[in-house]
Amino acid sequence: MDIGGINPVILIATLMASAVPILMAALGETVVERSGVLNLGVEGMMVVGALGGFVIAVATGSPVLGFVGGAVAGALLSLIFALLTQVFLANQVATGLALTMFGLGVSSLGGQGYNGIKPPPTGQLLPDALADLPVVGPILFGHDWMVYFSILMTAILWWVLKTTRLGLIIRAVGESHEAAHALGYKVNRIRLMCIAFGGAMAGMGGAYISLVRVPQWVDGITAGAGWIALAIVVFASWKPWRVLIGAYLFGGITVLQLNLQVAGSAIPVEYLSMAPYLITIIVLVIMSAGKRGKANGAPAALGQNFHASR
Amino acid sequence: MTTTRPELLRVEGITKAYPGVVANSDVTFAIGEGEIHALLGENGAGKSTMVKMIYGLVRPDQGQMTLRGAAYQPSKPAEARRLGVAMVFQHFSLFEALNVAENVALGMENPPPMRELAAKIRAVSEEYGLPLDPSRMVGDLSAGERQRVEIIRCLLQDPKLLIMDEPTSVLTPQEVEILFRTLRQLSAEGTAILYISHKLEEIKTLCDAATILRRGKVVATCTPREKTAREMAELMVGMALKTPERRVGAKGEVALGVSDLSVDSPIPFGTSLKGVSFTVAKGEVLGIAGVAGNGQEELLLALSGELKSGPDKVRIASHAAGDLGPVERRRAGLVAAPEDRYGHAAAPDMSLVENAFLTAGVRKGLTKNGFVDWPATRKFAEEIIAAYDVRTPGPDVAARALSGGNLQKFLMGRELMQGADVIVINQPTWGVDAAAAAQIRQSILDRAGEGAAVVVISQDLDELLEVSDSFAVLNGGRLTKPRPAEGLTMDEIGLMMGGAHGMEAAHHVEA
Repeated sequence: MDIGGINPVILIATLMASAVPILMAALGETVVERSGVLNLGVEGMMVVGALGGFVIAVATGSPVLGFVGGAVAGALLSLIFALLTQVFLANQVATGLALTMFGLGVSSLGGQGYNGIKPPPTGQLLPDALADLPVVGPILFGHDWMVYFSILMTAILWWVLKTTRLGLIIRAVGESHEAAHALGYKVNRIRLMCIAFGGAMAGMGGAYISLVRVPQWVDGITAGAGWIALAIVVFASWKPWRVLIGAYLFGGITVLQLNLQVAGSAIPVEYLSMAPYLITIIVLVIMSAGKRGKANGAPAALGQNFHASR
Repeated sequence: MTTTRPELLRVEGITKAYPGVVANSDVTFAIGEGEIHALLGENGAGKSTMVKMIYGLVRPDQGQMTLRGAAYQPSKPAEARRLGVAMVFQHFSLFEALNVAENVALGMENPPPMRELAAKIRAVSEEYGLPLDPSRMVGDLSAGERQRVEIIRCLLQDPKLLIMDEPTSVLTPQEVEILFRTLRQLSAEGTAILYISHKLEEIKTLCDAATILRRGKVVATCTPREKTAREMAELMVGMALKTPERRVGAKGEVALGVSDLSVDSPIPFGTSLKGVSFTVAKGEVLGIAGVAGNGQEELLLALSGELKSGPDKVRIASHAAGDLGPVERRRAGLVAAPEDRYGHAAAPDMSLVENAFLTAGVRKGLTKNGFVDWPATRKFAEEIIAAYDVRTPGPDVAARALSGGNLQKFLMGRELMQGADVIVINQPTWGVDAAAAAQIRQSILDRAGEGAAVVVISQDLDELLEVSDSFAVLNGGRLTKPRPAEGLTMDEIGLMMGGAHGMEAAHHVEA
């Protein structure tokens, strides 16, 4: 059942896990951008979440508390962004970039002394009896809880954004803050909450890297995952299920190219390493091509600060 | 009329000051149930601030309001809506990427599930003769349809008081008719309407009472039907208005000739021009009327040079100019002022000095060795500000910071003061108050008196009859044969505009 030395069942099972950090961060950023805020600090929030999650998990011995810690750490960092952009009306692009650099620096400082420590393991959620079933077992039942949680969040966010009043208000604020304000919605407060949610999601995604994927602490552990998450949000046209597709595509090709390297493929390593980035972006560009302006779903007020002047 | 109605809302001694300006000072008036009450005033007279306080968006510094005898102090719009006060905004309160039902839901306190809401929207829209499909995207709707969304959003909450902020500024005459019918029906059912406008003829036909504001203070209350538009305008402005005088100069040779001009519209859902022909002589003003969206914008683009055509289609002083761009046409003596102030006629975030350079740089020679001659440009901007009474702290203020009327005066001055032989203007006084409008019309006539050929495109028929020597109508991209404006009756103009031309023509979509 192996194809070219690669087992497709294992491949699919692995890609689902490897996509979790990007998926979580991209889902959070989707909500943030739908509310009209462009937070380029995803990478920073992820890496701080990775450290926060790692520290708490090691201290308490509980990986679940670790993920909560990662979420809190990411949300706290995002609140700095929220304070600067929503209260002091700083430029969102510059603030977001600064947040990433700040997050990388802070995590590097705070992570001193955590190198080489093993975090408590996060095991598979369901009993072996299910996970050992042929084919469907590894793909559907063999994962840890975060994999299911990330898929559940995709469904929840899709439902919230599409059908609920809360989602409608978030979309409205991102579409036209003047109009939302005129109708009496607290634009900056709604955006602040979305930013904090985005930070928490990015932090959990980061914690998944340090607690499950690697699993140990090294400086700059996220290695650009936050940037890929940002790109996926745009090319997924700000739609949760497309974000999932984008994240799985990237995760899948990352795993595939690693397997190909191991299997001794004739394609040079450099090309294999760049493949996930290239192919993800090409596929998502094709998916969102041909639609311009309103049709591609970009929130109209994206990146603009709002000040209730009158 | 007001005395017979029970009182609904009373506003007493309301004062609101912002740093540097007093927006409202000791304003007092009352609205009866079912009354259509006009709040009149020039731009910046404090009308908008007043209604924002009634709607709970702004809090007054002093004074009180009572609604049906009970103290009324909404701290937020949601509270105002709960108490039966609804507002239709001039702009800024619809979401283009959301559909009609979602837009309506956002303005309601406890919206029902979407499917029920859609059914309700259909029912209300039929009841009031405002057809609307709840599932359509607001971005695809015309201005009139968008306004219906706002109105229906208000009506679904059974308001006792409906506030309308300059509702007709974006509507075609036919849409205005429909709106007025709806408003009268509402009034008959007992809903009071607070109607903000500076279109006096509308107020005369629609409103039962009027409160006139000037510089934040109530200067008069009157019954509009008993006053002439001129009397109300003078109350608004606080001085006697001059009717523009026409200096009859000798008509010279043809300065602008357009023959069989056909161009495709570059605007989505725009109207292409089809075989447009006319000539304008020196000293002549040609007025071009028509319902919005019948090719006005395209005609301006084709004349200004933003849209090119065959060289001989447009001739400036009998030189072929159809294939020239805007800069070459300016050099050849044609200046143009488009309708859209923020973005087309002016760069909103640039200062008045910079905006003055943008179109006048060529004709006024504001460059030196390839560099901008800032002292000369500033001097020109200051000249415009002085000559056209533009109210601004200085020439270095961003265009966006000026009120619509003030910016329009500046932009008109910028084009009219370039000494061009041919001047093309689309909507010279759109959204401008009475005094400023009279001033702009006077300067158009003055320039014509000095020998310029002027094309004025406008939807305001009174304005066109006031300034034009000859008159034509744009209809579906075709221009009627120009006729002398003197002696034209409204009936004749109506026939030129296509008689009972349906509303659909206004949103005519070219395949």
